[in-house]
Amino acid sequence: MRVALFITCVNDTLYPRTGQAVVALLRRLGVDVGFPEAQSCCGQPQFNTGYRHETEPLMRRYAMAFRDYEYVVTPSGSCAAMVRDNYPRMGAKAAAEGRGQELADAAAEAVPKTYELTEFLTDVLKVTDVGAYYPHTVTYHPTCHGLRMLKLGDRPRSLLAAVRGLDLVELPGAEECCGFGGTFAVKNAAVSAAMGADKARNITATGAEAVCTLDNSCQLHIGGTLARQGSTVRPVHLAEILASTEGDVW
Amino acid sequence: MTPRDPGTQGASAQSPSAQGLGSRALVMARIRRALADVPRAETPDEVPVERSYHRVHGDRNAARTVDLLAENLADYRAIVHRADAPSSLPALIARLLADRGATSVVVPPGLPEAWLSAVPDAVRRVPDTAELTPHDLDAVSSVVTGCAVAIAETGTVVLDAAPDQGRRRITLVPDHHICVIRVTDQVVDSVPEALERLDPARPLTWISGPSATSDIELDRVEGVHGPRTLEVILTGPESAGQSDQS
Amino acid sequence: MSGTHQATYLGMPAFPRAADASTRNTQLRANLRHATHIIRAKRATAVAELDDWSRLRAAGAAIKDRTLRHLDQYLERLESAVTAAGGQVHWAADADEANRIVTELVRATGEREVVKVKSMATQEIGLNGALATAGITAYETDLAELIVQLGDDLPSHILVPAIHRNRGEIRDIFTERMAQWGRPAPEGLTDAPADLAEAARLHLREKFLNAKVGISGANFMVAESGTLVVVESEGNGRMCLTLPETLISVVGIEKVVPTFQDLEVFLQLLPRSSTAERMNPYTSTWTGTTDADGPRTFHLVLLDNGRTDTLADTVGRQALRCIRCSACLNVCPVYERAGGHAYGSAYPGPIGAILTPQLRGTQSELDASLPYASSLCGACYEVCPVAIDIPEILVHLRERVVEGGPASVRGTRTVIKPAKGHAAERAAMRAARWALDHPRLLRTGQQLASRTRRFHPRRLPGPGRAWSDTRELPKVPEESFRDWWRRTGGGSGAGSGTEGRKTTT
Repeated sequence: MRVALFITCVNDTLYPRTGQAVVALLRRLGVDVGFPEAQSCCGQPQFNTGYRHETEPLMRRYAMAFRDYEYVVTPSGSCAAMVRDNYPRMGAKAAAEGRGQELADAAAEAVPKTYELTEFLTDVLKVTDVGAYYPHTVTYHPTCHGLRMLKLGDRPRSLLAAVRGLDLVELPGAEECCGFGGTFAVKNAAVSAAMGADKARNITATGAEAVCTLDNSCQLHIGGTLARQGSTVRPVHLAEILASTEGDVW
Repeated sequence: MTPRDPGTQGASAQSPSAQGLGSRALVMARIRRALADVPRAETPDEVPVERSYHRVHGDRNAARTVDLLAENLADYRAIVHRADAPSSLPALIARLLADRGATSVVVPPGLPEAWLSAVPDAVRRVPDTAELTPHDLDAVSSVVTGCAVAIAETGTVVLDAAPDQGRRRITLVPDHHICVIRVTDQVVDSVPEALERLDPARPLTWISGPSATSDIELDRVEGVHGPRTLEVILTGPESAGQSDQS
Repeated sequence: MSGTHQATYLGMPAFPRAADASTRNTQLRANLRHATHIIRAKRATAVAELDDWSRLRAAGAAIKDRTLRHLDQYLERLESAVTAAGGQVHWAADADEANRIVTELVRATGEREVVKVKSMATQEIGLNGALATAGITAYETDLAELIVQLGDDLPSHILVPAIHRNRGEIRDIFTERMAQWGRPAPEGLTDAPADLAEAARLHLREKFLNAKVGISGANFMVAESGTLVVVESEGNGRMCLTLPETLISVVGIEKVVPTFQDLEVFLQLLPRSSTAERMNPYTSTWTGTTDADGPRTFHLVLLDNGRTDTLADTVGRQALRCIRCSACLNVCPVYERAGGHAYGSAYPGPIGAILTPQLRGTQSELDASLPYASSLCGACYEVCPVAIDIPEILVHLRERVVEGGPASVRGTRTVIKPAKGHAAERAAMRAARWALDHPRLLRTGQQLASRTRRFHPRRLPGPGRAWSDTRELPKVPEESFRDWWRRTGGGSGAGSGTEGRKTTT
């Protein structure tokens, strides 16, 4: 099977470790993962701010970059949801505007092959125990787009539960948004900060060493808030936990 | 003013109805323009509505349904009594009024006479007539009625202003309402079953417990403007024939 | 009457500025947190009792969609059914017209006072203010509306307009203000909710018993039978609907449903979503007038006021399914922190953020800011009993704000210009898109950022302060993933795939 990594712009620029972890994890599971360099950003920041027409070139690029792959795996619930939910909407709107089927076709091609990492592991590879070892106390924050748009359900938890050495502690108010929301974080900075502060306090109160999510964009906000609060809890992407083994602790 | 003649109101100098005629056409035209995407030939029935929801939640026999009604009524602070034997109903009503210290009771025109037969004459009977003002009603202690239907799943009694229930206001202004439900033929399981039995042309009042509010900190408190005490009597199979006034 | 001062949403600041102030109000934050968290848990329990909730929800959405797609037919049917049953139907294209109609109807009765059932439509059109101008006093009778009216305040929630007040504040408002409007609060009033409810009962009792004119909205109108439905808890609705001689109901045109039996869906969805009850204490239905029972005269004022503009938008149309349950407010993390007043209209919270900019347009700074009053977390969509995809509409309206485009304005299809104040953002978005669409350029930028990483400030100047005031900036890694992949061939050959891995910490 031909599998590509969609790294996402945030991970590419700020969290290369997460991408490296996905590569290490998938290789360990026998998947030869490729990285087409033509890839860029899914366009979510533009789209969610209202710039649909600015998003269209990025959507075309996504379809083009992954044309030769059967599966596109991404360590971001949010970006996967952008492709799956919003690309078809963009295609339909363009068609309704009399601009033909080209974007709708691009969406139809991109959507079925795009998988968030935990979906790919549990639904395609059908594994929950990936042989990981992570000797830390971890709390899990289900990020909104994975939780409500992708409906990931138990997938991340079942993967975490199978990690040896990992002590999973419940996060109070786990399903409440951390307050990132892309440009929301700056357009409505006061509310975003208030949400982040509450989330960070809940995380710290668990006593966990690390907070795990599926989205480093949310982690940017959560981690930045934790650090500003003087908390020692460190943000970690699920991929990094799953990549970690006795011989190679991340 | 003649209520059933819409023309009367519209005849005044600054006629809202006359104005409204223009606006009616305007709003209708706006709606039709707004729905330009709806194919002209489409009929409402062609817009699919899948009614795969349950007619009834769960599987119960009639006795369990009555139990559920009682549970749900009580859960919302209605006081539930049973009068399984038909002969016990008048005594129970008399006792409830006495316990309350009621000095007067509103009587709907079609209330079975037997129901109040054990109530002492000292408790004044106030017939539900058009002359009764809201202030008069406010001075009455209690009201006794039947009901049209009761819904077990939600703990609801529905009044439809039939002769054994009277006008809507008599179950509203007095602070104490005793409502008699015949379990043989007036209890249904669910909201869909209740609506089937009801006539929309009649004024309906659905009552689920005494009046309440969630307006202070979104927490429920019983007792605001409507009757603060709702007592429900579930009367048993044997009484069905006797209390049937239809 | 000293109490006729009318608070107004007019001239309120854009959402971010209002929310900046309200998030710092610790009392407000505590009140909202307390109330919304109580109702959230209760709603979840009430909904979980029905194992066919998702089917009811789908049916509710479908019935509303059927109605909306054929709204003209259903309104005609409703009008003839109401008229046949003895009611009189009036049509109002906008708020001013609705207010004029109601004012004239009240004047025609010769009365100077009316009692009101809580109604979103009359809040939306500012009816109380219009009546006050005409010398008519409207008494709000819902407990929370009463609290708002006595406090010269504005509603901040659809179901519980005084949600921003706690019991102590309510006690103070009652003690200080009730005497100006009628019967004073009892001596030594406590802040126990039962005592506060009792005080409201006593205060309003005389008004109900003497009322000659009642004004209401309606939760539903049944087209086939002409039946109106009001769902309530306290009995104030029953008082206003049955004791006065004249009843005037102001109802949005989208509140119609096709059949009486259709109520079986909504009477299950609404109470559980709204007050988290199996059934609300009182539901009243009436069809025209009934001899000797209830008002002798019934007027129905059908209100457009931007609804047809909303209907014209094939994406935004679904907002008209709303049954005003307020579940979306109660789960919204933004509403919980910003409070309802920040939304600057009768409709706060997520539903307000999509309804207000459609009813009023996106031209004012406030209305243009509303679609952005969300982190798009999707909690609102999840709880909506009629499956309104609020995040989808928010993004759709954001597009209208920044890109403009086709829209219906007061019934006329037009192409609107982008809202003002987005030029810099638009340029930045375009530049970012251009860079992202040229991965070589993106790579150069990443490399520049990596090389200068030691010199990055901890706090940003200008607009970046919005981030760095409360959050640390992320450390830029030594190399991007892209560069790592190119340098190591994706770590291939090393088996673990981690060759050349550089840590960022």
